[in-house]
Amino acid sequence: MNAPIAPPRKLRVATASLAGCFGCHMSILDIDERILKLLDLIEFDRSPLTDIKHCGPCDLGIIEGGLCNAENVHVLREFRKNCKILLALGACAINGGLPAQRNHLDLRDVLEEVYQTEYLVTHGGIPNDPELPLPLNKVHPLHEVVKVDYFLPGCPPPADAIWKLLTDLLAGRTPNLGHGLLHYD
Amino acid sequence: MSETDLIDAVLDRHRRDGTRLMQILREIQEQLGWLSPATLTAIAGAIAWPRAKVEGTADFYSFFYTRPMGRFRVLWSDNITDRMLGSSDLMSAMCKKLWLEPGRVSEDGLVSVDTTSCTGMCDQGPALLVNSRAVTRMTQARVGEMVSLIRSETPVAEWPAEWFAIEDNIRRKDILLDHGLVPGQALAAALERGPQGMLAEIKSARLRGRGGAGFSTGQKWEACRSAAGHGADPARYVVCNADEGEPGTFKDRVLLNSYSSLVFEGMSIAGLVVGAKKGLLYLRGEYRYLLEPLQAALEARRRANLLGSNILGTAFEFDIEIHLGAGAYICGEESALIESLEGKPGRPRIRPPFPVTRGYLDQPTTVNNVETLAAACLIATHGSDWYAAHGTEKSTGSKILSVSGDCERPGIYEYPYGTTVRQVLEDCGASDYQAVQISGPSGICLAEAEFDRRIAFEDIPTAGAFMVFDETRDMFEVARNFAHFFAHESCGFCTPCRVGTTLVRNLMDKIARKHGSPYDIDELFKLHRLLQGASHCGLGNSACNPVFDTLNKFRPAYEHRLMSLNYEPAFDLDAALSQARQMTGRDDAGAHFPDEAEA
Repeated sequence: MNAPIAPPRKLRVATASLAGCFGCHMSILDIDERILKLLDLIEFDRSPLTDIKHCGPCDLGIIEGGLCNAENVHVLREFRKNCKILLALGACAINGGLPAQRNHLDLRDVLEEVYQTEYLVTHGGIPNDPELPLPLNKVHPLHEVVKVDYFLPGCPPPADAIWKLLTDLLAGRTPNLGHGLLHYD
Repeated sequence: MSETDLIDAVLDRHRRDGTRLMQILREIQEQLGWLSPATLTAIAGAIAWPRAKVEGTADFYSFFYTRPMGRFRVLWSDNITDRMLGSSDLMSAMCKKLWLEPGRVSEDGLVSVDTTSCTGMCDQGPALLVNSRAVTRMTQARVGEMVSLIRSETPVAEWPAEWFAIEDNIRRKDILLDHGLVPGQALAAALERGPQGMLAEIKSARLRGRGGAGFSTGQKWEACRSAAGHGADPARYVVCNADEGEPGTFKDRVLLNSYSSLVFEGMSIAGLVVGAKKGLLYLRGEYRYLLEPLQAALEARRRANLLGSNILGTAFEFDIEIHLGAGAYICGEESALIESLEGKPGRPRIRPPFPVTRGYLDQPTTVNNVETLAAACLIATHGSDWYAAHGTEKSTGSKILSVSGDCERPGIYEYPYGTTVRQVLEDCGASDYQAVQISGPSGICLAEAEFDRRIAFEDIPTAGAFMVFDETRDMFEVARNFAHFFAHESCGFCTPCRVGTTLVRNLMDKIARKHGSPYDIDELFKLHRLLQGASHCGLGNSACNPVFDTLNKFRPAYEHRLMSLNYEPAFDLDAALSQARQMTGRDDAGAHFPDEAEA
C-alpha cells in the first residue's frame, strides 16, 4: 500500500493584462465552476482578481497583451523575475495583436495626429506628465523582450484550452493540447 | 522590330508551348530588359495559360525582372569565399562611386547593384554578374574602370575581354579528367554492349550519383527503363542536372567548359540504357555564358553523327537540348528542376511518384549529375572491373572537388574516393587551417580533429565543394552567411522552411549585433530539429546544418558575442522610447529603462 501523501502546497499564480483588452482574462473566467477546483490547487498573487499591486515569488505568471509602453515592460520584467514559468496568453501577447496595428505608422505621427492636429479634439498638447508611461516606438510581443516559456494562441484562447494548459502545467505535465484545442484542421 | 513582333518571334520559336515558359521569358527579357505586365499578358495569351501562372513563374526566379531594371545590372556573388576575398568592400566602393544604394535602380535607370547567391567562381573571386555575364577577380582598380564604363554607357560586349576570362584551374587529374577518350569512343563501346549490357556494367561498377546523395545510378536507370510511358505520347527522358547552385561548388562549370563532349556522351549512354530519345541539360542561369559554346558543341556532335538519328550507323536515336535556369538554388533538387523544365516555379514535388516513373511531362525521367554522366563514359569504355578498381568498396571511381577559400592553389582536384581531408589540404597548399566546409552549406563543417576522415559515401559524402577556413576566419560569420543564403533560397512552399530559415537568420543577426543570450542558442537548436524533421525537402532539412555544426565545434565563436546570461531583446529597449521622449520633451527617470542588471 502506498504511504499517505501530504496535500501539496498550493501553487502561486500571478496574472496581468498589458496591451490587451482583458478578453483573455474573461476567457479564464469562462472556465466557469471549474474555477473552484482551480482555487483548490492555486492561490493568486498579483492579478486583477486580487488587486495586489506587485508580484511576489510565484510558480506561474500569466500575461495577456503585448508591450506598448514603458510600464508594460516594467510589469513584464517583474513577472519574469518572480515567476518560474511564464505563459504568454492570447494573440496580443504572442504577436502584438490589435495594438500592433500602429506599427506601420511612425509613433511621432500618431502622437501628433491624436494630440495636435486632429479636428475636434482638445489640443492640450502631447501629455508629458512623468506619471504617465511613455509609449514604445513599436508594439512588441512578450518574447522579444523576455524569455517566455509557454504560448497559448487565440483571440481569446478558449476556456477549455486554458483549463487544459493550466491543469497540465500545475500537475507538472508538459502541456499537450492537441486537436480541438490548438489544432483545428 | 517592334516589341510585339519580337515577343511573337520568340513565342513562335518555342511553338507557343507553355512548358517552355522559362526559355520564353529568358529570351524575351534578354531583348527587352525586363518583363512588363503587358509582356506577361501577351505571353499568357499566346501559350493559353492563366496570366497568374505566368506571373507565378516570372516572380519565382531571381533572374527574372518584373519591374524595370537598370540598363546595367551588377550582381555581386555573395558566397562566404567571395566575402573572404573582399567582395563586401568592393561592392560598397562601387555603390559609393555610383551614388547608389544596394538593391536600388539609379534614378536615371542606368544601373543597379545588388548581391546574388554564389555564382560558382569561388576559386577566382570576388566574382560578379553584369547583365548575365560572369566577371571574375574583381579588384578596386577594376571597380573604378567598371564604373567609368557604366557611366559612359559602353556596352558590356565592348568591355575588356580579360575581365570575362574564366579559368579552369585544374590542379589534379585522375581517371575522369585524364580520360584520354576521343569523342564517340565511349558511345561506340556502349552501343557495342547494347542497352542491357551497358546497364549491367553500370550496376556492377557500382556507380553512385555525384550530386551528393549517392543513389545507385544503375538502380535509377533500371527503374526508368522498366517504367512505362504514359498517355498518348509516351516517352522517356534523360536530364542532366547542371544547376550547380551549392555555394562553393564549381566542378560542373569546368566539366561543361572543357569536358562537354564527355558529358553529352554520358547523356547519350543514359538515353541508350533507359530508352530515351531526348536529353535535357538544365544549365544554371549563372552559367549563361556557356550556352553558345555548348550549343556549338552539340552541333559538332550532330555533324559527327553522335547525336540525331542513326547514331554511329545504328538505329539509336537521341538528341540533346539545353534549358537555362534563372537563379534558383532549389532547382538543384531533381523534382524542382523538372517543375522548372516544365515552365513552372521550382517547387519540389511530393514523392512518390519519383521522377523515374513520373518525371518530365509526366514521363519516366532519369535525372543525373553532370559528373555522374561523365563517369558513365569511363565505364562504357573500360568496363566495370577497371572502374571498380578505383576508389573504395562502397564508393567506386573518383570524385572531383572544388577547392576554394584559404589556400594557395584553389581550383579543381580529382581524387580517387577514400582520400583524406588532410591530403586535400596539403595538396592545395592550405596552412593554419581551422575548418573545412564540405559539400557546401548543406554539407558538413569539419574541425581539425576530423581531418583524417575520408571523402567517400562511407564517411563524408559530398557534391564537391571544399571550402577552407584558416585561423583568422570567424566561423560564426561563416554560419551567418549560410543562414542568409538559405533564408533567401527557401522556395516558400512549406511553412517550417519558409518561416524557419528566416527565424534562424534573424537569430544569427541578433547574436551578431551582440544582443544574443543563451536562450537564443537553445532556440537555434530547436529550430534545427524542427527544420530537419518537418520540412518538405532537402533544402529545409539541411538549412540548419552549418549553424548546428559550428555551434558544436566552434561554440566560443557564438558565446563571446552573447550580451549576458539573461534573455535579451533583439533591439535597444531604451531607444524604443526615443520618439515618445522627443515628442514629450521628457528626460526623467521614468522616461528611460534602467539597465536590467541594475534594476
